[in-house]
Amino acid sequence: MPLDAKIPGGPLSEKWDRHRFESKLVNPANRRKYTIIIVGTGLAGASAASSLGELGYNVLSFCIHDSPRRAHSIAAQGGINAAKNYQNDGDSIQRLFYDTIKGGDYRSREANVYRLAQLSVNIIDQCVAQGVPFAREYGGLLDNRSFGGAQVSRTFYARGQTGQQLLLGAYQSMMRQVQRGSVTSLANREMLDVVVVKGQARGVVCRNLLTGAIERYAGHAVLLCTGGYGTAYYLSTNAVNSNVTAAWRAHKRGAYFANPCYTQIHPTCIPVSGTHQSKLTLMSESLRNDGRVWVPKKQGDTRRPEQIPEAERDYYLERRYPSFGNLVPRDVASRNAKAVCDDGRGVGDSGFAVYLDFSDAIKRLGEDVIRMRYGNLFDMYKKITDDDPYRMPMRIYPAIHYTMGGLWVDYNLMSTIPGLHVLGEANFSDHGANRLGASALMQGLADGYFVIPYTLAHYLGSHSFPAVSTDDDAFREAESAVQERIDTLLNVKGSKTPRQLHRELGQLLWNEVGMARNDTGLRQALERIPQLRDEFWQNVSVPGPKNNLNKNLEYAGRVADYLEFAEVLTLDALHRTESCGGHFREESQTPDGEALRDDERFTYAAAWAFQGVGKPPTLHREPLAFEYVKPSQRSYK
Amino acid sequence: MRIHLKVWRQAGPNTSGRLVDYTIEDVSPDMSFLEMLDVLNESLIARGEDPIAFDSDCREGICGACGFLIDGVPHGPDPGTTVCQLHMRRFDNNDRLTLEPWRARAFPMIKDLVVDRSAFDRIIQAGGYTSINVGGAQDANAILIPKPTAEQAMDSAACIGCGACVAACKNASAALFTSAKISHLGLLPQGEVEQHTRVAAMVHRHDAEGFGSCSNEGECEAVCPKEISITNIARMNRDYLRAMLISRD
Repeated sequence: MPLDAKIPGGPLSEKWDRHRFESKLVNPANRRKYTIIIVGTGLAGASAASSLGELGYNVLSFCIHDSPRRAHSIAAQGGINAAKNYQNDGDSIQRLFYDTIKGGDYRSREANVYRLAQLSVNIIDQCVAQGVPFAREYGGLLDNRSFGGAQVSRTFYARGQTGQQLLLGAYQSMMRQVQRGSVTSLANREMLDVVVVKGQARGVVCRNLLTGAIERYAGHAVLLCTGGYGTAYYLSTNAVNSNVTAAWRAHKRGAYFANPCYTQIHPTCIPVSGTHQSKLTLMSESLRNDGRVWVPKKQGDTRRPEQIPEAERDYYLERRYPSFGNLVPRDVASRNAKAVCDDGRGVGDSGFAVYLDFSDAIKRLGEDVIRMRYGNLFDMYKKITDDDPYRMPMRIYPAIHYTMGGLWVDYNLMSTIPGLHVLGEANFSDHGANRLGASALMQGLADGYFVIPYTLAHYLGSHSFPAVSTDDDAFREAESAVQERIDTLLNVKGSKTPRQLHRELGQLLWNEVGMARNDTGLRQALERIPQLRDEFWQNVSVPGPKNNLNKNLEYAGRVADYLEFAEVLTLDALHRTESCGGHFREESQTPDGEALRDDERFTYAAAWAFQGVGKPPTLHREPLAFEYVKPSQRSYK
Repeated sequence: MRIHLKVWRQAGPNTSGRLVDYTIEDVSPDMSFLEMLDVLNESLIARGEDPIAFDSDCREGICGACGFLIDGVPHGPDPGTTVCQLHMRRFDNNDRLTLEPWRARAFPMIKDLVVDRSAFDRIIQAGGYTSINVGGAQDANAILIPKPTAEQAMDSAACIGCGACVAACKNASAALFTSAKISHLGLLPQGEVEQHTRVAAMVHRHDAEGFGSCSNEGECEAVCPKEISITNIARMNRDYLRAMLISRD
C-alpha cells in the first residue's frame, strides 16, 4: 500500500500557508489539559519544548544527559543556512529549496523542502532575538560564509560553535518555560518504550538512569527528537551516548523506518589512530572555504608535505570539479578522498588520509584572519594530533557523521503510529539521500519552533482522547518487557564487553555498508549480523547494579538495539540497487565514477515495517513526485 | 607506557567512598585521558567488576559533560582543555595520578566520579534567557551589534557548564558560570532590557543552591577549559549593585 504523505494541495509556495489555515487550533484555555511528551533535548526537542510550553501545553521533556543543555546538537560547528540574501549574491527561498533538493540527489519531498527553505528565514530572526551571538561584520550586520553544495553565502555562524550557541538559545527558552511551570524537565531518563493505547501513542516507559527505576508517563502525544543512528558504526563523529534506541523501540511498536541506507559520511574528520579510539572528531566543513584538499600525484609518496613541490600535488577536487572546487557536497568530497586513497596516494601512517592545506589562505589573508575564522578548530586539531595546522596541512579522512534516514513521517511530522511525531535528525523527511552542510541545524529548529506547534494542534484538535492511566495494561505490559530485557542483559554473565561487540559490528558496517557498497558485501553483512547478535545474547558481560547508575548497562541495551537495527540498514542498502547521494552502489556509477541514479525504479522513499527480530521487514513505498524541479544527473563540475 | 591511578570509588550517594589503586599497561600517547579510562573499564568488565562511572558525551570538549580532578586540578594539567581532550602524551611513563570527583555542597555525589550538577540548570532557569516567545521576532539585521561587542558576548557565551570553576574554588562558588551567562546576555541589546531582573534572580538562585561567595582569587579562570575571564564576575557584581539600587522590591 503506498504511504500517504498528506501533502497539502495548491502551488508549492502556498502549501504551508494554506495548510496552516486549514489546520485545527486548540483554544488557549484548553492547551494545558494536553500533556505532550518530548523525548530528547537537542535542537528539535528543546525548541519544541519551548514553543509548545509558550503556547501553554503541559510539556514533559526527557533527556538521557544530566542536563538538557548537553544534547549532541551542541557539537555542530559550522553554521546554519537561511535564505536571507543579506549578501545580495542571488540567494532566495527558491534557490535554497533547489540547492537542497539537488543536494539530496532528488530523493526528498519537494513540499517539505520548500517549507524548510521558507522557515529558514524565521529561524535566524528568532535566534537573534534570543541573543545568539552570531558573527558580525564591522558595520554591525550579520556575517555569512559559504558551505558545500552552494554558490551563495547563506550560512550564519558563531565561530566554530554554532550548534552550541543555537542549542543554548533553545535550552534557555525551554528553561524559561520550566520556570513558568509549563515544561517539566526530566533529565537522566532513557526512553525504552512507546506505549500505544487503542492505536494512539499515549505514553512512554523510561529508565531513571540514577536510580534504575522503571517509570511510566502518560500523555496525549509523543514527540521523538532523539537524533540519528550514526553510532551503529561504532566510530563516528556522534557523541558516545548518541543511539538509535528510542527510534528503534518505536519502530518495533509500529513506526516505519525510512531510507536507513542514507548515511552521511563527512569528508573532513581526523583520521583513525588506533583501536582504543572511542570516536572520530569532525573538522567543520567550513574549513573547505579556505583550505585546499590535495594528495601527492605519485603513489606511495612518503615525503613530508612541505617537501612535495607544487607541480607534484594533485588538488583533485579543484581539478575534477572546477566550478565548485573544494566546496563540492559532502558525499562527492568523501568518495573522492576514498578513491585517491584506494589508488595508493593517501597520506599519513595509515595511508587513509588526505591533506587539507591552509598555507595559501594564510599567505593571502594572514594568520590572524585564519585564527579569527577557525581558531578553535585549529586548536582542537592540535590537541588531538599534536600537529600545528598553521604550519602543516591537516590530515583528514571521511567518517560517519549524520543519518538522513529515520522514522517515516508525513508532512505533519507524524509517524505511522498516530500521535507519535518525529522531529529533527530522527525523522527522514527533508534531506533526501544526502544532506548539505549547515542544513541539519536549520531542520531541527524549523521542526521544533515553527512546524510542530501547528501540526500538533491539528492532531490534538481533530482526535478524541479516551482517558488513559499509567496503571493500564498497555503500560504494565511495556514496563514488564523493558524490565525483562534489562534482567536478561544482567544475567548473561558472559566474557565479551558490549564495546567489543559494538566495535565488531561497527567495523562490519563500515566495511560493507560504508562509503561504497556492493551486492556481495551487503549479503555477507546480512549473514554476519545475526551471528553477532546471537553472540551478544550468549556472551555479553554486564556487571554492576541494576538499581543505581550503571553506564555499562545503558550501553549494553543500546548495542543490543544496534544489532537489530543493523539488519534493516543493510537490507535497505541491498534493495536500493541504484546509487544516490550518500548511498553509493558500486554497480551503479557513471563512466567517470559519479553516483548514477535509477529514477525509473527508485524515485520513492523506502519505509520498512517491523515483523519481528531476525525476520525480514516489509517494504512500503512512498512515491516521490517532482513537479517543480526536474531530476537530472547532479553536476558540480 | 604504564600509568598508575588512584581513583575515588563510591557506590552511591549514601555510602562511603575510598581511593582504589589501578595500574594500566600499554597506554598509547595518542589516547585521550577518557580513552585510557575506557580501556581500564574494559578490563574491569571482563573481570565482572563494576566499571568506574564517569560522565562524558561529545568527547570534543563542547558538551561539558566530562570533568574530574586529576591530582587536585579540574580537567588536569593542560590549560584551556577538558579532560576528554587531554591526551596521554602529556604524561610520562609510570606517572602516578589521583582522580576525584568535583567536590562541592551544591554538587551532591552520585557515584564514583559523577556528581549532580542540576543546580546549574536551576540558575539558568531563574533568568538566563531573553523573554522572547517564538513568532514575533523582527528581522535579524534590524538589530545592529558592533563586532567587538558581539565577540565579547561570544567569549562569555562559550561556557560549557562543566563545573570546573566550582571545583577549583575554595568557596565552591559558581560566580564564573553565573556571570558568564549574565555577561553574554547583558552585553547584547536583546538581553539588556531585562538585565536588572536577570542579575538579581540568577545571583539569588546561585546563593540559594549553596554555592559560596567569590573572593576574587581567580582559580576558576585558571582551570576553565573555555578560558572564561573573571572580568565577567566584576561585571556581574557591578550589575548586581546597580540592580539592588534601583530595585523596587
